[in-house]
Amino acid sequence: MREEIAGLPGGAEPYHEMLGPGGVLAKYQGIQRWLEDTPAAALATKMQEAELLFRRIGITFAVYKEGGDPERLIPFDIIPRILDAAEWSYLERGLKQRVRAINAFLHDVYHEREFIRAGGVDARLILHNEGFRPEMQDFTPPQSAYAHIAGIDLVRTGPEEFYVLEDNCRTPSGVSYMLENREAMMRLLPDLCAQHRIAPVSNYPEELRETLKSVAPANCESDPVVVLLTPGAFNSAYYEHSFLADEMGIELVEGADLLVEDNIVYMRTTEGLHRVDVIYRRMDDDYIDPLTFRPDSLVGTPGLMNAYRAGNVTLANAVGTGVADDKAIYPYVPAMIRFFLGEEPILKNVPTYTCAHEPDLAFVLDHLEELVVKEARGSGGYGMLVGPAAAAAERAAFAEKLKARPADYIAQPTLALSTSPTFVEAGIAPRHVDLRPFVLTGREIRIVPGGLTRVALTRGSLVVNSSQGGGTKDTWVLET
Amino acid sequence: MLSRTADSLFWLARYMERSEDMARAVLVGHWMASMARSLGNPGNEWHSTLIASGCEEGFFAKYEEATAAAVVDYLVRDHDNPSSILSCIETARRNARAVRTALTVEMWSAINETWMRVHERLAPGLDGEQLSAGLEWIKERSQLFSGAYNGTMLRNDAYFFTRLGTFLERADNTARILDVKYHVLLPQDEGVGGAMDYYQWQAILRSVSALRGYHWVYQDRLKPWLVAELLILRPEMPRSLLSCYEQIAEYLDLLAQAYGGKRGECHRFAGELYARLRYGRIQDIFQAGLHEFLTEFIEGTKSLGREISDLYLY
Repeated sequence: MREEIAGLPGGAEPYHEMLGPGGVLAKYQGIQRWLEDTPAAALATKMQEAELLFRRIGITFAVYKEGGDPERLIPFDIIPRILDAAEWSYLERGLKQRVRAINAFLHDVYHEREFIRAGGVDARLILHNEGFRPEMQDFTPPQSAYAHIAGIDLVRTGPEEFYVLEDNCRTPSGVSYMLENREAMMRLLPDLCAQHRIAPVSNYPEELRETLKSVAPANCESDPVVVLLTPGAFNSAYYEHSFLADEMGIELVEGADLLVEDNIVYMRTTEGLHRVDVIYRRMDDDYIDPLTFRPDSLVGTPGLMNAYRAGNVTLANAVGTGVADDKAIYPYVPAMIRFFLGEEPILKNVPTYTCAHEPDLAFVLDHLEELVVKEARGSGGYGMLVGPAAAAAERAAFAEKLKARPADYIAQPTLALSTSPTFVEAGIAPRHVDLRPFVLTGREIRIVPGGLTRVALTRGSLVVNSSQGGGTKDTWVLET
Repeated sequence: MLSRTADSLFWLARYMERSEDMARAVLVGHWMASMARSLGNPGNEWHSTLIASGCEEGFFAKYEEATAAAVVDYLVRDHDNPSSILSCIETARRNARAVRTALTVEMWSAINETWMRVHERLAPGLDGEQLSAGLEWIKERSQLFSGAYNGTMLRNDAYFFTRLGTFLERADNTARILDVKYHVLLPQDEGVGGAMDYYQWQAILRSVSALRGYHWVYQDRLKPWLVAELLILRPEMPRSLLSCYEQIAEYLDLLAQAYGGKRGECHRFAGELYARLRYGRIQDIFQAGLHEFLTEFIEGTKSLGREISDLYLY
């Protein structure tokens, strides 16, 4: 893999989402006019209105850190990020392909393991993976769907260069921001929105509900009862859980609201017990059932896993999808696409050094100042090192951690993430962005056009995670 | 609906109502204390406010003496007191957050904005005037909340549970406020029927916004048994025990209807309490002792709350 590094764009000026060689790109002409015609003070007022709007709706995000506002707002930038129809159709094909392969891989991992036997990946990487659940062996969820909701993180480095950074296959969050950001834009800037033919995203909750219903257990004969299972109001994504339940018109339940009797799941209602068919659970595997997984889980439902394995309830996402979500497995996704689908991957993978491999580790230690090092199982941008931005002392300290537990880390070259014009204190300036579209897998694969654009608000920063001070933008997919 | 959702709606409404009731109790203490001061007879008004609000025990675990400043602080903003106004608003919002999906946008913003501003409106170190303004603001916010839910919620079981919470809490509060008069002592040289006595009854009426109502209903000077009748037995008075129980009985009935006719002990008991108010006479209540009557009612309301939980909110 190492030789690919030379071919990577990087070092030079990052790709600018709005500007091409011939000036402002066609898809951004309307935005350009609007920015020219709107005084900075008026933009600033709009930004304040947006903040007020979000606070009133109560869209907040808890950050796991001491002090400060416990219910912080994710900053919202009012300059949208735009993709044209051709770009989206390319991404859509690539995303569907990738998620199809991931689902096929998960089925294989818990059945025949042909991919491993064919030498596609080292068996130890799978079987010793923290995300691997032996309880899933030989169990096939309805429609053979595992990662019903996948959030695929993409970055762009050139006009036709999109890389997948991560495949979030467990409980990806952020879709409520995609919906609320659009809602906010339509309220704050109705004229600007009306001047563009923007593909709608507001049907996402319906698509999600249909996807969930389509994976109801085979023995469910009536209209499936779908619920959303949340760890509770103190979870950082609780707002999103309640928002989605509300938009889908389904109950938002906590573990204690559910009860398993004779391998059938019920919820406790004011009228007694009510059977549940599909659970969209926004809780990690570890916590869903104290009888099967962590016995100290206070948010789970005893017996849930048995009801699941008995085929009386469907969990979305399936148990054990973490094995496809792992950064140590990520490098093998292109091979999965070739193996399971017989196709060439449409979206690119970032070359990745698996520090568990000794030659890779040696290379990483030698090139720390060029690389991003991440925890193989971390998420949320915690515990990572951005080599080019880090001080020498920081890099040295990190090198010690790497040597101590190499298997916990992977490293990737620093990509020159594309930038998008963003409203900051000093005016309008380019800031790095990524994109998380949400891919739904049930009887079929559905994607609403767009996703969540995250933006690193600090100048030069490449970390877009909301837990690390990133913001969001509305993402427009233009229909023509 | 989920039992937990019903439970949160019930308690959300109770805590919003309680915040208003606590504001009313502090205002009444404030009026009584300033009247006593202006008549040159400061007494135990704040202590009686503590007793009536059910916060006496908690308060004396923390303080030696019921000074105005300490009582006000304990009832308004002390986090150690689960019934302080700040605690009520925080608990109400916690419940609201836990059932966001069951709330209308208007309900949520009424609660959320109250929560966002309450720390500033009831900050420590306010002078008397600012504090009164803050307490009046709490009343307005609670009324905004009830207006919001009455105007926007679907008329289904979620609404019935919310209504039950409001009226159960309000019945409890009216009984307690009336009971203040039992606990507040008249100075030794002040007889029953004197100026102090008169002002105290007036303060009680004011605290439940019933002074004008009293004059409309009775066209008579303030008489203790009439004040008690107004607050206990009169159907015209929206905060009277009778009015509250009329609503409680009605919404329990509606719940039974919504759930296929299933009834429990709470239905029987609410009916019994309601009948006692509906057909009771004030002279009988006074004969048996007003304080004893009120104490029994406060206990009865508490048991009713438990019975409702047992049937629906397990």
